[in-house]
Amino acid sequence: MAVDADRIPRVAPAPAGLLEKVMSNRHFLGLLFMLPAAALLLLFLTYPLGLGVWLGFTDTRIGRDGVFIGLENFEYLLDDTVFWLSVFNTILYTVVASILKFGLGLWLALLLNQHMPCKAFFRAIVLLPWVVPTVLSAIAFWWIFDAQFSILSWALREMGLIDANINFLGDKWNARWSVIAANVWRGIPFVAISLLAGLQTIPQSLYEAATLDGTTPWQRFRYITLPLLTPIIAVVMTFSVLFTFTDFQLIYVLTRGGPINATHLMATLSFQRAIPGGFLGEGAAIATAMIPFLLSAILFSYFGLQRRRWQHGGQD
Amino acid sequence: MTITRRDVLLGTAAGVAAGAVVPALRGGTPAFAQTKLNYTPEKGAELRVLRWSAFVKGDEDSWIANTEKFTKETGVKVRIDKESWEDIRPKAAVAANVGSGPDIMFVWFDDPHQYPDKLLDVTDLADYLGKKYGGWYEGPASYAKRDGKFIGLPLASIGNAICYRESWMNDAGFKEFPKDTAGFLELCKAMKAKGHPPGFAHGHAVGDGNNFAHWILWSHGGRLVDENNKVVVNSPETIAGLKYARELYQTYIPGTESWLDVNNNRAFLAGEIGLTANGVSLYYAAKNDPKLQDMAKDIRTTPFPVGPTGKAAELYQITSNVIFKHTKFPNAAKAYLQFMFEEAQMQEWIKQSSAYCCQTLKAYANNPIWTSDPNHVAYAKASELLRPNGFAGQLGYASAGVMADYVVVDMVAEAATGQRSPEEAAKRAESRANRYYRV
Repeated sequence: MAVDADRIPRVAPAPAGLLEKVMSNRHFLGLLFMLPAAALLLLFLTYPLGLGVWLGFTDTRIGRDGVFIGLENFEYLLDDTVFWLSVFNTILYTVVASILKFGLGLWLALLLNQHMPCKAFFRAIVLLPWVVPTVLSAIAFWWIFDAQFSILSWALREMGLIDANINFLGDKWNARWSVIAANVWRGIPFVAISLLAGLQTIPQSLYEAATLDGTTPWQRFRYITLPLLTPIIAVVMTFSVLFTFTDFQLIYVLTRGGPINATHLMATLSFQRAIPGGFLGEGAAIATAMIPFLLSAILFSYFGLQRRRWQHGGQD
Repeated sequence: MTITRRDVLLGTAAGVAAGAVVPALRGGTPAFAQTKLNYTPEKGAELRVLRWSAFVKGDEDSWIANTEKFTKETGVKVRIDKESWEDIRPKAAVAANVGSGPDIMFVWFDDPHQYPDKLLDVTDLADYLGKKYGGWYEGPASYAKRDGKFIGLPLASIGNAICYRESWMNDAGFKEFPKDTAGFLELCKAMKAKGHPPGFAHGHAVGDGNNFAHWILWSHGGRLVDENNKVVVNSPETIAGLKYARELYQTYIPGTESWLDVNNNRAFLAGEIGLTANGVSLYYAAKNDPKLQDMAKDIRTTPFPVGPTGKAAELYQITSNVIFKHTKFPNAAKAYLQFMFEEAQMQEWIKQSSAYCCQTLKAYANNPIWTSDPNHVAYAKASELLRPNGFAGQLGYASAGVMADYVVVDMVAEAATGQRSPEEAAKRAESRANRYYRV
């Protein structure tokens, strides 16, 4: 049957509705799809952070709204020796603990990367300190460092190495090293397991080629492992530094910042001033004062450690 | 109209007086005034109470039992939640700030002075209870009173006393416990020489650390601030106290700089120290442990020795009940507190708290708990001896801030351990306190 094309009624295309136009706009759709994520970020990240920073510029106290006082809180902190002590403690705590965590974590990762029996079991065991809630491990360390009942002191005394118990948390420097040790113990698994994951992404063929070239193990580590691991190290150490810098629970359980503020970190001092002390504005100012340090750590990681040239062993 | 002798007794002033005396003779609480106060709970009222986790089980059981009685009598349902005692301050602060959460809270120290505007005025109830039960003790009342109004009801003082082993004191050549600081130092020296040293918390121990440090300060006549909130801690009296603390420290077991609230209990119960200061819970920890019965029989408690001032004054812990303004059921909340503070309930609660909670209303001082065990006596006058932490100034943000920042605790610890001279420690405490009192 022949069909007369001219007899088919022609339907004029309907004018596109506004909604349809908008919905077919790629830019609009992009914005629309990003909206839920943006809302979540704004609500749960930007707002609390912004509020915290704002509080630092007010004289808000518990139970009383504050007014904007500019930099007054920060000016007070400049004269506050306890605040500066907490800055010193926080930097010492972060630097020493991060270096130790990195060194020991990398060492552990390299060991776990070797072929050995029950590999999966050991890798799981290593994670334990990370899995245990911080408060629990802190309580365990509290006993380990106890002035009277420390198992370390007891063992050393039994071995005849010391006469009196070690004053782990009573002497200011002993206390600092003790809390750093507890933090390192807790933080190593995170570094080790993350670096182990990085190690496993390095192609074996590179090592084989290098071995054929007669390289030493140190050379293989220096020129293959380390450069290829640097991106992971950058991310892992950024997180590790951030976690360490903002640590609270360990100190709160072990010393509450004592003896005589020798282990007060900025986070613990911020809490002490804001909540038990009632000076929310000042507490927020201390917390805000942590931001430049944290930002520097992040920027160092992104613009420093992640630089391609560095990763390939080159210079700037 | 026939007037009987009974009518005369019931209807006249003499009758009221007689009515007050008779129960007293029977051993009950004298009725000081028979003012009536009745709150009618709102229809459908339900209350949420947030309290600190009990230190003594009997306290919690008794509080719950009394609450159930209240619910039975009024139909008002009451939910009781618990938090660790150190979490009470932040929780109360958040509830006050956001205007929601529990209706009634058990708070500590000068918490009510941190958000007085958010708390319900309970002056009518406090006046009623005060008149009826012999008045409030001054120290506890000052924590709950602001500008002449009660913004809370002082619930209890948690006494702190010297706990020691009597046989070890005797071994050290002392038959009786010294009453003054000079004799106390001699006892500590002698006990150390016999291998049973004392130990007091010098770390950031909220309770024990603050109690001991304030005793050092006040027993020697030192004060943090004067009546006008001027910081006067850097004084010869304070320095004398710090010198004393330094001498005392040299008799301690090593490691007390790190001690938090629980360390002295552990060391005492393990027999490592022969003398410390604590609440009655230390004695009960030994008494309730079958393995420590011999130690429990040897434990004695006594008030802190009196210093050169000749007057006893202690910090102690103090807890108050507050009602938040955000409650939808203010009448029910007041009725609940009234019920809990009335004699039948309060006396039972004090009794069941095993000498841990000392009455804040004078009429309850006759509670049998204080005479049921010789070791309770030292805690019986906690409310009478209690002095507020902001002494001699006003309570408020500054006093709370100074205590939360451990200014007095650190001052005593610095001087005692020799990290700073007494003069330097007092000067540093002065500058730290001035930050709060905004000089």
